[in-house]
Parts: sequence; C-alpha cells; structure tokens
Amino acid sequence: MELYQQTIHQLHSLLKSKKISSVELTKAFLQRISEQDSRIGAYISVTGDTALHQAAQADKLIAHGNDISILTGIPLAIKDNMCTKGLKTTCASRILGDFTPPYDATAIEKLKQQHYVLLGKTNMDEFAMGSSTENSGVRPTHNPWDLNRVPGGSSGGSAAAVASQQAVAALGSDTGGSIRQPAACCGVVGLKPTYGLISRYGLVAFASSLDQIGPITRDVRDAALLLNVIAGHDHRDSTSAPQSLPDFTAKLGKPIEGLKIGLPREYFSAGLGQEVAAGIDNARNILEKLGASFAEVSLPHTEYGIATYYILATAEASSNLARYDGVKYGYRHQDYDNLLQMYENSRAAGFGDEVKRRIMLGTYVLSSGYYDAYYLKAQKVRSLIIRDFEELFAEYDLLLTPTIPAPAFKLGERTADPLTMYLSDIFTISANLAGLPAISVPSGFSSSKLPLGLQLMGPPFSETKILQVAHAFEQETDYHLQHP
Amino acid sequence: MTYEPVIGLEIHAQLTTQSKMFCGCSTKFEQAPNSSICPVCLGLPGVLPVVNKKAVEYGMLTALALNCRIVPHNIFARKNYFYPDLPKGYQVSQYEQPLAQKGFVQLEINGRSQRIGINRVHLEEDAGKLLHQNSKDNKVSWVDFNRTGIPLMEIVSEPDIFSAEAAKAFMVKLRDIMAYIGVCDCNMEEGSLRCDANVSIRRVGEKELGVKAEVKNMNSFRFLQRALEYEIERQVAELEAGGRIIQETRLWDEAKGITVSMRSKEEAHDYRYFPEPDLVPVMVEEGWVERLSKTLPELPDEKRTRFISQYQLPAYDAGVLTSSRELADYFENCAKLFAEYKMLSNWIMGELLRELKQQGVDIKRCPVNPENLANMLKLIQQGVISGKIAKQVFEEMYRTGATAQDIVKAKGLEQITDTQQILSIIDQVIQQNPDSVAAYKAGKTRIIGFLIGQVMQLSRGKANPQVLNKLLADRLKDQK
Amino acid sequence: MSQEEKSNKISIEEVDYIARLSRLKMKPADKPVMQQQLSRILDYIEKLNKLDTENVAPTTHILPLGNVFREDEAKASLSPEAALENAPDKEGSFFRVPRVIE
Repeated sequence: MELYQQTIHQLHSLLKSKKISSVELTKAFLQRISEQDSRIGAYISVTGDTALHQAAQADKLIAHGNDISILTGIPLAIKDNMCTKGLKTTCASRILGDFTPPYDATAIEKLKQQHYVLLGKTNMDEFAMGSSTENSGVRPTHNPWDLNRVPGGSSGGSAAAVASQQAVAALGSDTGGSIRQPAACCGVVGLKPTYGLISRYGLVAFASSLDQIGPITRDVRDAALLLNVIAGHDHRDSTSAPQSLPDFTAKLGKPIEGLKIGLPREYFSAGLGQEVAAGIDNARNILEKLGASFAEVSLPHTEYGIATYYILATAEASSNLARYDGVKYGYRHQDYDNLLQMYENSRAAGFGDEVKRRIMLGTYVLSSGYYDAYYLKAQKVRSLIIRDFEELFAEYDLLLTPTIPAPAFKLGERTADPLTMYLSDIFTISANLAGLPAISVPSGFSSSKLPLGLQLMGPPFSETKILQVAHAFEQETDYHLQHP
Repeated sequence: MTYEPVIGLEIHAQLTTQSKMFCGCSTKFEQAPNSSICPVCLGLPGVLPVVNKKAVEYGMLTALALNCRIVPHNIFARKNYFYPDLPKGYQVSQYEQPLAQKGFVQLEINGRSQRIGINRVHLEEDAGKLLHQNSKDNKVSWVDFNRTGIPLMEIVSEPDIFSAEAAKAFMVKLRDIMAYIGVCDCNMEEGSLRCDANVSIRRVGEKELGVKAEVKNMNSFRFLQRALEYEIERQVAELEAGGRIIQETRLWDEAKGITVSMRSKEEAHDYRYFPEPDLVPVMVEEGWVERLSKTLPELPDEKRTRFISQYQLPAYDAGVLTSSRELADYFENCAKLFAEYKMLSNWIMGELLRELKQQGVDIKRCPVNPENLANMLKLIQQGVISGKIAKQVFEEMYRTGATAQDIVKAKGLEQITDTQQILSIIDQVIQQNPDSVAAYKAGKTRIIGFLIGQVMQLSRGKANPQVLNKLLADRLKDQK
Repeated sequence: MSQEEKSNKISIEEVDYIARLSRLKMKPADKPVMQQQLSRILDYIEKLNKLDTENVAPTTHILPLGNVFREDEAKASLSPEAALENAPDKEGSFFRVPRVIE
C-alpha cells in the first residue's frame, strides 16, 4: 500500500518505529498533490517548503527518541476558514484573498503542539456557504470518484483531499452539514462534534451558534484520534464546553450489544433514493447482528429544519460578515468617491453571489419589523427541534439516518436554484440546530460507483458512543478501504 | 404661553478596568495610534469576545448605587451598523435584558428634593477614534482603534428632568456617585464621561411629550447646562414663531454658544439587534449581589446625612466635606484625633481647601496629613498658639510638611499667657501712646482696639488675646 | 409552489433597502433576480407559521452556559505593524479611509 493511502494510526507506527520519516511522507503527499490536484481542485494553497520544514522538525523529535504524540509528523490539510498564523486564510473569498492572519486558531495551535505537518489550506464554498464547493471564489472542487460531480460542501476541498489521497486527514467545519455531507459524497469519514466541544476561536465565523470544527478522515479511529487532539475547553471561546475530556478511542472495538438505535421515519420519506435506503437497511442488519436493537421513531419537527436554519444561519452571517468592509484588512475596491461607495463597491465585488444572497436574507430577517416573525420564530422552532431529540435520547442511545438523500450531484446541476441547493442539507441540518454530535461513515456505493454515507447522531457529548458504533460498522465493511 | 422642557439623559462612562471589555488589551495606552489592539478588538476574522468580569461588577455596583434592579439573566446583543471606527460592523452592547433597570437618583434642586428615574444601566464596548483634517480638499480620514473595546457603561435616565440646571445637577450627582465607587474617572473634558440629551418642550400642564432633539457634544458640566438652556430657548422660539420641532441630532458649538443641526443625510437607523451568539448570559444570583453590595462604599448622600448627625455639622459643611470620598476620609481621620468638629470643618473648608485649590493639588496628595492638622488644632485649643498664629503655622506645615509642634518651637510661636510678661508689654504700649490713652479716658473707649493691636504687634502676635483684653482693660482703668 | 411561479414576498424597494443596509451595491438588472430568489426562500420559510410557538422559549445557545468571564488582566497587544499588516490603505500607524463627513 502506498504511503499516501494509509491512516494516521498506521503512519504513526511507521514513524515511531522509524520505518519512514516525516519528510519522506510529506514529500510523498506533496508529489501526490502536484500530480492530482490540478484535476481535483482540493487545495487553495499548498505550503510546500513550510510543510517540509515542519516535517524535518518532527523527524528531529522522533530521532531524539522523544515520546512522540499521535500526530507528530503527520501531514494534514486544513479548511481555508481556520486561521493559520503567517499563512493566507481566504475562506475561498475574494474579499479575504490576501489576508494573512497574525494568529493561529485554537485547533491549529493544538495541532502545532503535536508537531503536525500542514500540507495546505483546502477549498470550500465561500465562507462555508454552500453544499457543493461550487461557491468557491477560487474554483470548484471535483469529486474524486467522478470528476463531473461535486464533492459536496462546504468542506468539499477537505473531503476531496482525503478521498483523493492528497492528505492523511483534514479538518473541516460544519454549520449545516458541511463536514458530513461532503464526507458522504467523497466516501470518507466526517465527524461534527457536539457544539462547544472544539473551540471556535480562529474559525472564521459563518453562523456562530451552529459552526463546529471537526475531522475528515479515512477511518473512524483516525477521527477519534484527531478529536482527542483538537477537542477541549478554551478560555478564548465563551461558548466552549467546560466538560472534561474522555479518550475518544476508549470504546473503539468494545461490543455494542444492547445499544438502542432509533430510525427516525422522517428521514426515510418517499423522496429517498432506493440505493440509499438499501444502504441503511444493510447497516441496520450489520449492527443488529452485533447486538444493537432498532426501532422506528419520530422527529416530528424535522421538516422545519431547513427553514429554521436558513433564518438563523443567514441572520448571524449577515452580522458576522459585516467586518469585511475594506478598512482593516481584505479587499478594497479601487473605484469610489466616498465612504459609502467604498463600502458598497468593495463588498459587492468582494463577495460571491451566494454569500451576498445570504447576507441579504439575513439582513432582511433581522430588519425592523421582521425580527419577531422570522428570527424569534426560528429560535422558538429551534427549541422544538431540540425537544424532539431530547425526548428520543431519553430512550435511545443513537439515531441512524442516511447522510445524503442521493449520491453527489453533477457540477452545475443545482446552481441555478438556491433553494434546491439548500435542500441538499436536509438530513444534516438538525444536528447543528440541536448542537448534537453526528458522524458520517461510508455505507456503500451507488450503482454508478458513487459513495453513499450513513449518519449516526447522539445526545450532546456522546462522541465516544457514536465513534464506537461507527467503528463497529466499519469493521464489518470494506467501503472505507476503497479508493476512487 | 409658558412651556416646560422635558429632558432625558444618556450617559456613557468609561469604566476604569485594566483591560478592555472583551479582550486583554490594556486600557492605558500611550498616544501612539493602534498600539493597544489585538485580533479580538480589531475584529479579525475568527476571533471571539470574552467578558471582563470586573466590568460587569463595576456596572453592577453602579446599578446598585443608583437603586436599580439587577436583571438576573442579562444578555449581550449585537447592534449592527457600518462605520469605519467600528471594526466588526457591529457593537456588542446590551438591548433587551440589560444589566440593570428601574432605579433612581434623589436630587436637591433649589432646595426641593426631586427623584429622577433611571431607566436602565447596560454595558457595551467603545468604538475607535476617527481623525479628520479640516481642509476642503482633504479626501481621507484616519482611524485609530486604541479606544475600541474599552468598557462603557451606559446609563439612561427617564425623561424626568425639567430644567437645564437640574440636568447639570443630575450629571454632577452621577459623577459623584461613580467617583465614590471608583468605577469611572468621570472626566467630561477628556471624554471618560459623556452625555447626550434628549430635549423636548411642551406646554405647562400637558401630559404628552413634544418632539425631541438629541443634543450631543457637551464636553463639560458647564457646557451641558449652557447647551440645554440654549436648546430649550431655541425650541420655545421655534414654536412661538409658529414653527415646529423636528426630530434630529444637534451638536453643541461651544465657541458660538449654539446647537447646530447635523443635517446629515443620516438614514433611518435599523440596527438589527439580536442576541450575541458568541457570548453566554450573565446570570446574577442573590449571593453575588449581596457580596457586591457589601463592597459598596457609603455613598455621598448617606455620608452627608451621617456627617450632619454624627458630627453635628451644618448641612453646608457636610455637603462640602463629602463632595469627594477622599476629602470625607480626610475629615474623618482628623475627627478621630480632634473632636471639635465644627472648628475642624472650618479649617478644612477654609485654609486647607484654599491652599489645595491655589496649588492645584488633590486632597489625596495633601502635604498636611490628618495627624498634623489635628495636632495643630489641639495647640489652638490648649492656648499654645492663637488662631491667628495658627494660620501662619498652617502655611508652614503645608509648605514643609513639618509638624505644628516643631514649627511653633523652632519659631518661638507659643502664645504668651504669662500675666507679668503681657503686663510689661502693656505698660510699654501705654507709655508710648499717651494720646490714645488720653482719648480712651475721655470716653473714646473704642480706641482700645488700637492699643490691643499695638500689644499684639510687640508680642509678635503671641499674646493670648483673652488674657490681653482683660489685663489691658484693667490697666486702663487703673490709669485714672 | 412551482419554480416558475413569481412571488412578490419582498418588493424591489425592500431589495434596495436591504442592499443598502448590507452595504452591497446592486446592479439594476440583478435586483429582480434577487427579489425572486429571496421571495422564493421566504415563501418556503412561511411553513414555520404552521407551528404554534406561543409558549415556546427561544433558543440562543445550545449549551446551558452562563457567567463565562475573564479576569481583568492586561495582556500584550499586537505591534502596530502587525495590526496594520493587512490594511488595504494606511498612513503611518493609522488605517486610512475615505473622508468621513462629520
């Protein structure tokens, strides 16, 4: 097996036993990127020399016989909405095209403390707004399984990078499904942790009450290992959970016997593709054999998720994106006679269409006279959605659903109609609204050999259990071992 | 037709914390622009705010002093608008569910006590500073974000103020209270205390409020009163002339002594307030309020009342002595050592404050410490020095910091009470002034004052006046 | 509602107003498109009105956190050079903007 096809835990033992060096490994990936990425478009920037320098540092630590940590010398890709000190962080937006942060996001700091290697910053829908990575201000990313199809989004670059073996693993961010949906589309593992588990400090905000950073990996163990590193309370993020951390790998391989898993009927409605439904049936059979029990359950407010989400997320975004005004950093249009024109022209030219649409929608729902009808209403419906989950989790350990209603769609297929695009997130949005942890793992392939994904959701801070069940399923299947 | 003004004030007070409202940047920055900013207060992509606990407690202390109800579950909100001095495109403030609501301040206006309601007290962050050059062809402004994120406390009064004088008195009261608690420098000239006023007028007896104008840029207590007096007159004149008041913002122009309409094409504000998702609620349980209440110092009014009863001081004296916490402390430290309070008060209000004022020195740095002042007063009381000599001693104490005893000893200023010694001087004076003595005998008894003066002069002011008066009168009688 | 059906949930004037509030310059030709797209999304959002939320408390935060504070300690700031590094227009240690009329 090629170096670039292996997992974090496999490469870690190779590094630790000095069978390979980090420089060697990093070079293999840089080589792979130079061969592959012109057709995939997973990266916005590739670090090259910086990566090799980090790798050499890691090799020194390994040579000195230090007790190296799991990520030492491991090359990772980072979504380009996480601030990396001294390295451009663009959010795939023209408005941040030249922005170099003077600080590291907390998650990046934690990776650095482990002496990871940063391969580059990955492509995304501009400001993480989208479900296909077609809204990138740089270029679209292509699905490694079928270049005519989208990789999903918004963390499409991260998912495609891992799937096309241009990184061992990657970090993405998930506001309405932006880790899980592309992970499913690209046939890799994607975990959105409980809101508050990973610090948002340094993650360029899209929708503050929904955003979470999470890992995109080749297998479930890698997701747990990455989570072990990046999770934890951060005094710089007031919404960060003060919980003490478990070892997220602790339950991997432990029997799942006796676990109760719900199948919410709203996720299996008429519109669901047959192959997708078959994939979930298959997963149910496998997990039942392992001793889990299943029951059909209901999340009655599921159908209101997308409407709720698009009010709350756009409202927060309209405010979060007000700072891009051409004053302190970022793009400023050359053509203006006064302050108002400077603002209006810079923002009109600096943002792409989808971002502008969401800023407009978010501004509208917060504007005078509409707050109660839209924003407040959505906050209340959010409470109802949370209540649905709370009631189920009083009785069930986890919920099993598809991640995506159908395999990755074709580039350009949904760009004409924003609402159709929004509906791509139908299965993933609720976990963000309720702040719950959810994972997508490969659950098979469509007849046209496109990956499908299943989603496991649990109550807040149930990552260990989610990972345990996902891992149990993965051990019984080989979907995650297949490459495009 | 008679009109009455209705005024409501919005006060912004910079809190004297070490660090900013939501980040660790120092609030004490040098003049260098953009030297006290960090990713958080500069609003870089990805940053998050964390609330300064001291700022919350300063706000709560003030709210308690203003008799407000602390809102048990208060939250921050975003106020959205674009301006180059506002790095995030929104100001983190409090909107619904502010820190505290519904308080009041008791004022004395023209001898009448009046209660002015406090609508709310909330916390927010300050904006940066814009610099302009006043030339027509200049096309740029400069931005300095040092001030961005300094904690501000906004205090909003009810429209309970009915004269410019009362508005000023209200501001002075707030200043005194905040200075007592030590939460604000309260310097209007330097902008650590700012005030905007909503002013309207209505016919006397009417219930409904008139259209209001917002007056800004009043950078001192005096300007506040003058600006409001002008604005009230302007509105009355406008209505009398058959015009109408328009809702607008007006700036006080101190040089011209008028308020001027901003007349900008300012669009209708639509701030799109919503709860700040990056900050969690401030939850105030009883225990916290109780703990804070205990740290609340005695406030000006309470202290004044206590001074009147405890030290039997006239209201005026009590008012002066409690005008600042430090002065009141000074008085009380003296009072522990010297129990003739009115005499003490006279000396502090007279000699001491005059010296301090002349030298421009704060009471905190007064060169005469309470022990020294008390000891000097004791010397007067014991008859060691006369009141007149004491003034001389005091000046010397103020200049050198020496004790009264040392000064009196070194300069030989002890009062002469010895009868023989005084008599010998009296005899000398009688001898030297036969004409005056004759005049006295002839019935012009008031000339005795001149003779006393002569004795005093010869004794270099040290003769005990009571002894001298008696001895001289007796001597003159003997002279028959 | 079918995709072709026109909706006037939001007017062109409102599009103008929102664009101005958002500081987004819009070409006249883009306004009707924006109007249609926003209207369609708002029509979809209408479905929330089927729910009675009279007695439901709004959710702002997922986690029941409160009183997250920092101690009042001053920390080092950025150097003015670092602070101004990304500025599109600067002069000395100042950010520079088109003249603000006051």
